[in-house]
Amino acid sequence: MAAVSTAITQGSAARRRPTRRKAAGWSGFYVMVAVFVVVSLFPFYWIVVTALKTQPEINAGTTGLFPAHITWSSFSTILHQGTFARSLLNSVIVCGCTTILTVIIASLAGYGLSRTNIRGKPLIMGFLLVAGFFPVIAMVGPIFVTYRSIGLLDNLAGLVIVYFIYTMPLATWFLTGFFGQIPRELEEAAIVDGATRLQALRRVIVPVAIPGIFTVAILGFIFCWNDFLLALMFMTDPSRYTAPLAIMNLGQSQYQTYYNLIDAMVVIITLPIALIVLFAQRRIISGLTAGSFR
Amino acid sequence: MTSRQEPALPAGPQSAPPAGAAAAIAVPARGPRRHGSYSLAARDRRFGYGLVAPAVIVLLAITAFPLVYNLWNSFHSVDYLLPATFGNFNGVTNYKQMFSGGLFLPSLYRTLGFTAVSVTIELIIGLALALALSRKFHGRGIVRAAILIPWAVPTVVSGLLWKSMFDPQNGFVNYILTALHLPGAHTTWLAQPWTAWAAILVADAWRNVPFMALLLLAGLQVIPNDVYEAAKIDGASMLQTFRRITLPMLKPALMVALIFRTLSSFLIFDVIYAMTNGGPGDSTQVLAYLNWFSMFSESNYGLGAAISVALMVMSLIIAAIYVTSFRTEQVV
Repeated sequence: MAAVSTAITQGSAARRRPTRRKAAGWSGFYVMVAVFVVVSLFPFYWIVVTALKTQPEINAGTTGLFPAHITWSSFSTILHQGTFARSLLNSVIVCGCTTILTVIIASLAGYGLSRTNIRGKPLIMGFLLVAGFFPVIAMVGPIFVTYRSIGLLDNLAGLVIVYFIYTMPLATWFLTGFFGQIPRELEEAAIVDGATRLQALRRVIVPVAIPGIFTVAILGFIFCWNDFLLALMFMTDPSRYTAPLAIMNLGQSQYQTYYNLIDAMVVIITLPIALIVLFAQRRIISGLTAGSFR
Repeated sequence: MTSRQEPALPAGPQSAPPAGAAAAIAVPARGPRRHGSYSLAARDRRFGYGLVAPAVIVLLAITAFPLVYNLWNSFHSVDYLLPATFGNFNGVTNYKQMFSGGLFLPSLYRTLGFTAVSVTIELIIGLALALALSRKFHGRGIVRAAILIPWAVPTVVSGLLWKSMFDPQNGFVNYILTALHLPGAHTTWLAQPWTAWAAILVADAWRNVPFMALLLLAGLQVIPNDVYEAAKIDGASMLQTFRRITLPMLKPALMVALIFRTLSSFLIFDVIYAMTNGGPGDSTQVLAYLNWFSMFSESNYGLGAAISVALMVMSLIIAAIYVTSFRTEQVV
């Protein structure tokens, strides 16, 4: 597909700029872009192909770019045997809960920071910024000791709480900026009409801020879905594993690594995230780059 | 709101008790009461504190508290295998153990080396990619989405993905080397130190170059176009334009991208765990892995805390170096 679009656009570029040197520059440019795209995406192709191979073909080793026989058995094995399906569900539950709670808490805080005249605003904003850079590995030890003494290990709710480390700083920071851009007249009108400020927030501000909230939710979900370290530290019971933790513990015996099974899991874990990226690319980029230039 | 408060004010002599009562009810601990809690500003402030409190409390509980507790743990015996002395003050024993174990300094050197190499490579490729994507061309949106997908793959999964790519039997790398009759077709990549590092570097760059590129791209897009046009009129070459205009104006974005990437490279864990488990031998063991190992496998959370403190301090130093060096250059 990249090659086709390269050919088409190259043609039009050549027409617009008739000099040969420019055309050569553009084709070199497209070759470079194509290389980037291929390097980014080819591993996914390889993973899918490996996941579709039969066990005998895996044992025999790679002989070509395509599987000799396509089989879905790795996928059905992974989903129907063992704990991987349960782990996927755990991941969805934990990431979903964290995302929803983050959106609620960060929206309230973002509104408070951008619309009320509380003291210590720079302090709080500075703390949010720095908290995003704290090394997670430096926090897992003390949280483990605490969780162990209050019985929150192997507990999905316990994981939701620590996942706020990933989501809360960026979400609050981003929504503070986002709410700050909404004209004050909107909520003032609502308050004049007799709404309380919380009502104004819920009925007037939040609907206007949906794009920002959506951005925060997507990024939060991706960050949680990405976690490995926290789950590794706090989840020891296989029925409590999240998907990235399960994938590290399944598909390998002492003697062999079953790449077809592992890669089937890689495909399943990656697919939802890849779809989110494709559909929400602009939001993700705006969220990631927000706050970079203040 | 005000109409309800007004009758309370002319009450004269009784005005003191209600104010005291209101102060007692007032939620915020640091709540200002100088002008009486009935003023509109104070009400607004109280409302604000109520809104911000949940987020701040949660964040303090899961970030600031663990970091302080960590410091405390690093001076105490927090070893689940030694229940008799659990929780006792033990001075700098943990820090001594950290150095005497013989693993800390080698891990530190490896981590610093990997950080320097990976950040340099990712910066160069990321900058090239950002410059490419800053040009307008057909299909730019699709290209941007395509390179963003690797970033969204969980790190540990990207490690497994590349472990699979580098597998001698089922991997793509050795397959293509064989097909093209290139040397190294029978390399067992993850079984030797230097090739294992190369594989880790590829996996790390594959996932993080897009991130670097997107941050830099956002920085490039803030540079106004007329600056470039002025340079063109003045007859500046492409290289001159890049050195004198693009780089200086890209500085804020560069700083953010470099801090992000340097810190996460310095704290690399997932990819190492997925690809080599620190092996072969200890040759790919990094600080974060050592830190995790001391806690998870050896149950020694005091020693782990000492390593964590070291990591924390070094992270702060790295961030400070970037901030100060970029700031002074900007002034000059």
